[in-house]
Amino acid sequence: MGPLSAAISTGLPKSVVGEIVFQTGMVGYVESLTDPSYAQQLLTLTYPLIGNYGVPSTEQLDEFGLPAFAESDRVWPAALIVEKMCAEGEQSHWQAVQSLSEWLRKADVPCLAGIDVRQLTKKIRETGTMKAKLIIESDEAKSFNFIDVNAQNLVDVVSKKEVSSYGKGDLKILAVDCGLKYNQIRCLARRGFTVKVVPWNHPIDQETDYDGLFISNGPGDPEICASLVERLANIVKRAEKPVFGICLGHQLLARAIGASTYKLKYGNRGHNQPCTHYATGRCFITSQNHGYAVDEKSLPDGWKALFTNENDGTNEGIVHEIQAFFQCPVPSGTHGWTD
Amino acid sequence: MEIRFHGVDNEITKRLAYEPVYHARPQRKVLVLGSGGLTIGQAGEFDYSGAQALKALREEGIRTVLINPNIATVQTSKGFADFTYFLPITKEYVTDVIKKERPTGILCTFGGQTALNCAIDLYKDGIFEQYDVQVLGTPITTIMKTEDREIFNEEINAIGEKVAPSKAATTLAGAVEAAEELGYPVLVRAAYALGGLGSGFANNRSELEAIAQQALAHSNQVLVDKSLKGWKEVEYEVVRDAYDNCVTVCNMENVDPLGIHTGESVVVAPSQTLSDKEYNALRTCAIKVIRHLGIIGECNIQYALDPHSLTYFIIEVNARLSRSSALASKATGYPLAYAAAKLALGQKLPVIRNSVTGTTTACFEPSLDYCVVKIPRWDLGKFARVSTQIGSSMKSVGEVMGIGRCFEEALQKALRMVSDNADGFSPYTFNRPPTSEDLEKPTDKRMFALARGMYYGDFDVEAVHQLTAIDRWFLWRMHNIVDIYHRMEKETLRTLSRELLLEAKQAGFSDRQIAKKIGR
Repeated sequence: MGPLSAAISTGLPKSVVGEIVFQTGMVGYVESLTDPSYAQQLLTLTYPLIGNYGVPSTEQLDEFGLPAFAESDRVWPAALIVEKMCAEGEQSHWQAVQSLSEWLRKADVPCLAGIDVRQLTKKIRETGTMKAKLIIESDEAKSFNFIDVNAQNLVDVVSKKEVSSYGKGDLKILAVDCGLKYNQIRCLARRGFTVKVVPWNHPIDQETDYDGLFISNGPGDPEICASLVERLANIVKRAEKPVFGICLGHQLLARAIGASTYKLKYGNRGHNQPCTHYATGRCFITSQNHGYAVDEKSLPDGWKALFTNENDGTNEGIVHEIQAFFQCPVPSGTHGWTD
Repeated sequence: MEIRFHGVDNEITKRLAYEPVYHARPQRKVLVLGSGGLTIGQAGEFDYSGAQALKALREEGIRTVLINPNIATVQTSKGFADFTYFLPITKEYVTDVIKKERPTGILCTFGGQTALNCAIDLYKDGIFEQYDVQVLGTPITTIMKTEDREIFNEEINAIGEKVAPSKAATTLAGAVEAAEELGYPVLVRAAYALGGLGSGFANNRSELEAIAQQALAHSNQVLVDKSLKGWKEVEYEVVRDAYDNCVTVCNMENVDPLGIHTGESVVVAPSQTLSDKEYNALRTCAIKVIRHLGIIGECNIQYALDPHSLTYFIIEVNARLSRSSALASKATGYPLAYAAAKLALGQKLPVIRNSVTGTTTACFEPSLDYCVVKIPRWDLGKFARVSTQIGSSMKSVGEVMGIGRCFEEALQKALRMVSDNADGFSPYTFNRPPTSEDLEKPTDKRMFALARGMYYGDFDVEAVHQLTAIDRWFLWRMHNIVDIYHRMEKETLRTLSRELLLEAKQAGFSDRQIAKKIGR
């Protein structure tokens, strides 16, 4: 794709390279920007007016000691691309402590505003997710090479390095952090579980002190996390404890049972993805962020599709006919779904 | 708690399974109630919903009968209904038509409050039962629940949500007692009334008595609400089928805070100043309420949202197509009335196609990449002794809608359409320097008073906010238009830069507006 016309940088003036994606949610930029699944991506928001309600405190903690208004402890995308950024001081919300531009500047993340985002989105839909670079005027474009962000292990980049625990409950969930959004911890802890969060490369197949295993969402290609897939395969073979996953976690589990995954053309990123449950025909609106999907045709015997996306027919969940493994790429974080 | 290890597939199916309680019988001939004549408080929006319903029925091969005395509508044009009766929407006339036509079903949520009130009367008289006419869509008993304040409050409280503190009374003394319990100021309005007829704010007992007396003349029940003046008013349009599939198609935010009837308010879709938490808290609540009430088809839920906390109250649920749903339909391209008619026939939401794409499902929530501004149109100049002040009852006779990539653009487009002599958010439409009162006490001209006041620097964003309680974000957008005006004034046709011209066009300036501003 050729260079775009004149635009305004409102974040930090800095050149970056990554993968360009778009997201269609009309609210929730704070939640999106702190979603580790967007690591190293140039995130384009299709809603044209962004930053209206500013940014709430990232220090205020909730009942589990997690930042109450964020999905992780930092901003993950390589850059933010919007049509109109709310001007400094014009944001309006009782919870706002700073403007979006200011927050991005502090986070060292550049922001491009003032371009026709609709045109850009159409381009991405046509050609699919692309390698992209955002070059500021004073830099030489040639000196920045395009990179394939999915060739590296992004999960290793975003996953926490230490083990931590949240909530108080008799039942214990072992949660594998592949880029975990805090809301997943909140959802589980609020349902009365103790949530033990472990790094993605934790030897989970040697853990025994838990009642259910949960694999979180995360960035990148599930194929890269072969070691985790292997551990999961061991656990699934033993068939002792229930396992479930969201987003990347769903794709990893699918690979662990021998199914295959593939890259979607432009991914499902937004708050309005309709998913239908196979047995009841009930359709739910879900919030999603995933660039890869499970190939339904490759499911081994005993497994079946649990949820299917009504828009593009892609798989959104699988389940074992008898045993307790189920997985869906939804709900991803706080946006939308709280059903 | 116990985790069941085996049979998770069955367990999920069991949890998600929904046994429908609504069963539409196969229909041969369906009667559609129109909205009747245009009145102040009920404009032409129901023509659209009725016409869509007729189209949906026809697609299913069902014969249609329409009752609507208003000849100046699209739905009564030749070719829409198989049989059209130009008769008033009253119990007696509708009964006559039922006797003659013997329809198998009736749609009564497509003709506004007039049609709904008529249907409630017919239901109470047992006419539907007598002639074996099935009420299609939301059951009448549900509609009655949403309209009777006390029952509605009980239903909402039962699911852990809250309605605005309110009391119902049937006598003047009862109204006074209710107001004293809630504390002044209060909003007084008649139950089952069109467009907030006979309603108003009362700051003390004597004001209350005056309004309540009038309201009791319109209805046998008056509602006394705690005043939430200055709170944000937000609405969601919700669709649900008989199998419990439920989506929120659109949300809307009133630019004018609570205290001004939605029909009198400038409204923006989608909401602009709500955070993700707020947006989703209200969305989740909407779905919870609509499921609990058992709505089949379309409905509208209105909220009051505290601008300083996450507190919100449900103001009301309209279990029918409404003015807002007509706006939401046009704003999003989602054919709400068409879908509602199909759902009333017992169809499944995921099976109905989205008529925008033609291929994807109607079970989706449109994600807009633009913004819509609705502005009411008043004709108060026509009436000699009518106050130009606007408030909790509806005086507008219609509305216009502007679409743009930003609020400024949509607002200016809408303002140009609403008045022949307005160029947009222009300082020259209001013909005298505005006073604080012009902003504090809203009239049909407030938007133009605001434009003039901001342009000449009489009022800055903060001052306007203090007087109007309009959210600062909206005021900053208006301020931006004024700022572009000021910057253009310094330019001539020769010196006007490409950047400034582009900025002005993107902010919705018309050619005429720009030409008037720049020097030669």
